[in-house]
This record gives sequence, structure tokens and C-alpha cells, in this order.
Amino acid sequence: MSSTLWIGTRKGAFALRRAALRRKTWKLSGPFFLGHVIHHVVQDPREPRVLLMAAKTGHLGPTVFRSADRGKSWKEAATPPAFRKAAEGEAARAVDAVFWLTPGHASQRGSWYAGSSPAGLFRSEDGGANWSSVTGFNDHPMRPQWAAGFGTPGGEFLHSILVDPREPRHLYISISTGGTFESTDGGSDWSPLNEDVAADFLPDASVPFGHDPHCMVQHPLAPDRLYQQNHCGIYRLDRPGRRWLRIGKALPKKIGDIGFPIVLHPTDADTAWVFPMDGTTVWPRTAIDGKPAAYVTRDAGATWKRLDRGLPRQNAWFTVLRQAMCTDGQRRAGVFFGTTSGEVWASTNEGDSWACAARHLPQIYSVTHAT
Amino acid sequence: MSEQPLSDVKCTVRVASPLRSYTGGASTVDADGATLSDVLADLDRRFPGIRFRMIDEQDRIRRHIRLFVNTREANALSEPVAVSDTVHLICALSGG
Repeated sequence: MSSTLWIGTRKGAFALRRAALRRKTWKLSGPFFLGHVIHHVVQDPREPRVLLMAAKTGHLGPTVFRSADRGKSWKEAATPPAFRKAAEGEAARAVDAVFWLTPGHASQRGSWYAGSSPAGLFRSEDGGANWSSVTGFNDHPMRPQWAAGFGTPGGEFLHSILVDPREPRHLYISISTGGTFESTDGGSDWSPLNEDVAADFLPDASVPFGHDPHCMVQHPLAPDRLYQQNHCGIYRLDRPGRRWLRIGKALPKKIGDIGFPIVLHPTDADTAWVFPMDGTTVWPRTAIDGKPAAYVTRDAGATWKRLDRGLPRQNAWFTVLRQAMCTDGQRRAGVFFGTTSGEVWASTNEGDSWACAARHLPQIYSVTHAT
Repeated sequence: MSEQPLSDVKCTVRVASPLRSYTGGASTVDADGATLSDVLADLDRRFPGIRFRMIDEQDRIRRHIRLFVNTREANALSEPVAVSDTVHLICALSGG
């Protein structure tokens, strides 16, 4: 089966396509929406011809584009994600960027979720044409405290929207900064889920929320297994437990366990890849010592292995952002990442070796796999 | 799309290049309305989606958008617009 990597960048979207029998040969197409800031391009697994794209420009407000023909043509949402009109005297929120897109449950064709900056959660019932506010979160009485507006350098984001494949009403979201939250009633009510996650940038590190998850993932075949790459380390949570376990401590001390992305093997819930970055001193957020490497665990975080064969050996100071790493659905998984310096790196052997699939692109915000 | 003929009962709207994907490439269109709010509503009716790219859900002009009526910058959508006025939809400099 052929496959595509959709690349969202600061200056438009691109597609890297490969034929099934030539897994290492990529053909670049695009740009799509040149000049637009593209935070996410996501395929609908229920209708693989459908893609949604989160877009804005430096001047123009946020929107969502939809393709029903695998990216050949796009149509803008009639009603993009937006907060409700504020009542008099109430703080007035406006979506600055649609940051994250997640298809809804397999049983709910056409349903999608979107996360925004500032932190907001939105849902579409019609394949992304019209969006409405998830008021259970956006108007939750605790929302002003949960997302207090301590924006990260790129803003306050709602991301990592996870839909339990066993139960469409069971949802997780994460906010940078704010923490991770869970709903068991389809988004009507939410509660924090941050126990034992460090928040050493706050005066009270034992707070129930206010954390900075960078990326959270749920294994599709073992939905009780969650991982998160946090501002303060790498964690695993096995539900119904509520206490996160810091598994990043097993990484070499000189590497640390700070980074943005974390991605999972499609069939093995114990295998995850991360891309550590420099989180020391003033937080350069670059490859550590200019020597980029992914790390993989195959035992749920007990041990980690460095994966840098084929990557630059030195003087490579890029960052891999939270949406810019993914895997494909192959039994021997392909692993892919895009860099802030505009390169796409691909591995067809689970990270044992890497090859550059594209370079000289704009700053890469997201890399997602589509069939 | 070619430039639209100007009606004698409508104002003229000059469209900045980032918004011309909505107007079929036209840099000048005409629009009905006694206020900026009316003009933008008329534009959105004919060019769906164009208003939200300029005006947020709280009816505020977005940060990098500027609206002028002739040479007068409008700070609110209640700004009056007369027949023969020219409304400028301007994308303020925000490069990089």
C-alpha cells in the first residue's frame, strides 16, 4: 500500500508520497496553502480520502480546510472553531490558532475534535464543515484556573485529544500549560489527571493541575496504556490507576528526558519513541550537544536505546516539535520526524537507521502518516 | 475573476492580497451597507468565510488587520459607511 506523510509547516503544507514497494523513495508535492501556518494535517481513518488541515496566516484568523479526495482539493469550514460570544463583563476569548485535530470515535463517522490556542475544545459532527464549542470544557467553572494563561512561548495550547476506542464518551485532553484532564461523559465534565507529574516550574510542585504536558498518547490496542512527554520528564500511566510513573529517569543522565514528541508502535504498547532536547539552563530546546538522536523503549520505559544511525553526527541544532513525529501502521514500523530546520527524516526499520526524505522545507510543525 | 462593476448605490471595497482567495482574485469589489458591520456581512454572504479571517468571534478586528473608510481608520464595526466611500481591508505588516 502506498502511503503519505503530510507535513505542516510555518509556510504551508507539503506531502511526501512513497510507493508500497519502494518504501525508501519519497516524492515531494506541494506547497499547499503556501504562506499559511499549518499546525496539523490529519487523515480520517474512517474515511481515508478525507483530510482536515488546521490553518491560519500571519494576518488572517484561524480556520480549518477539508479535503475529500486525499488532498487534491480543499474546502474551508463554513463555521470554523470559535468560542461563544462573551456576556457583558465576561472575559472575551477568541481562537488565535486551531492547533490540534483528532478524528472522533470509529462509531461516530464525521465527528472530529479540535484543540485551540488559547486552550479551547471544539467538536464537529459533519466532517469538519461546522464546529461548535464543547461547553463542558470551554465553560467549565474551573476552566479559568485549569488554563490560567501561563502561555508557553508559542501560546497556550489544547492538544493531545484522545478518544478511547472502546468508549466514545471517554476522552482525554492536555493543555500546555494546564495539565491533563479526563472526561467520562463525552466532554460534559472533566477532572484533572496529573498525580505524580512534576511541575518544578511552579512554586507548589504538588498542584493538581497547572502542569505542562507536551504530548500525550494512548495505545490503540491497549487503551489503558497512556504515555506523555512532559516539560518535566517522560511518564507512563496504566489505567485505571491515576498516578503517573516517571519512566524517563531511565534515560542517560546527560541526555535527560525533556522533549516534545512521543509516538507509539502500532501494535506493541510497550514500544515508544521520543526525541530528547536540551532542557537545561535557558531551555535551548535543541538537539543535545548538536547531536540529534531518537530514543526507543521496548519495555514500557524500563530501558531506552539511542537511535542515531544516519543522523548528523554533530552541528545539528534543530528541534522536533510535538506534532512532528509519527509512525506508520506497518508491523515493522516506519518512524518519521520533521525538524524546525525543515528536514524530514524517515526510518523503515523502527529507528535503527535514518535517511533524509526531504530538506529545505520551512519550519516543520507537524508530520502525520496517511494511507 | 474580473473586477466587478461599481454600483452607484454601493461602496467600494479594496481587498488586500491575502483575502483575494475569497473574492476570486478581485482586488476591488462593491458592497452594500450603512456601517462597516453591514458591509462585512454583505461580503461574507457573497464570499463565505472572509469575515471571520478579519473579525474574531467577539466582533473584534483581528490583531494584524486594519480597516479604513476612505483615509479614516475604523476602530469599531459601527463605523458609518456612505455611498461612494471606499472601504480598505488592509493586512498590517506582520512578516517573518
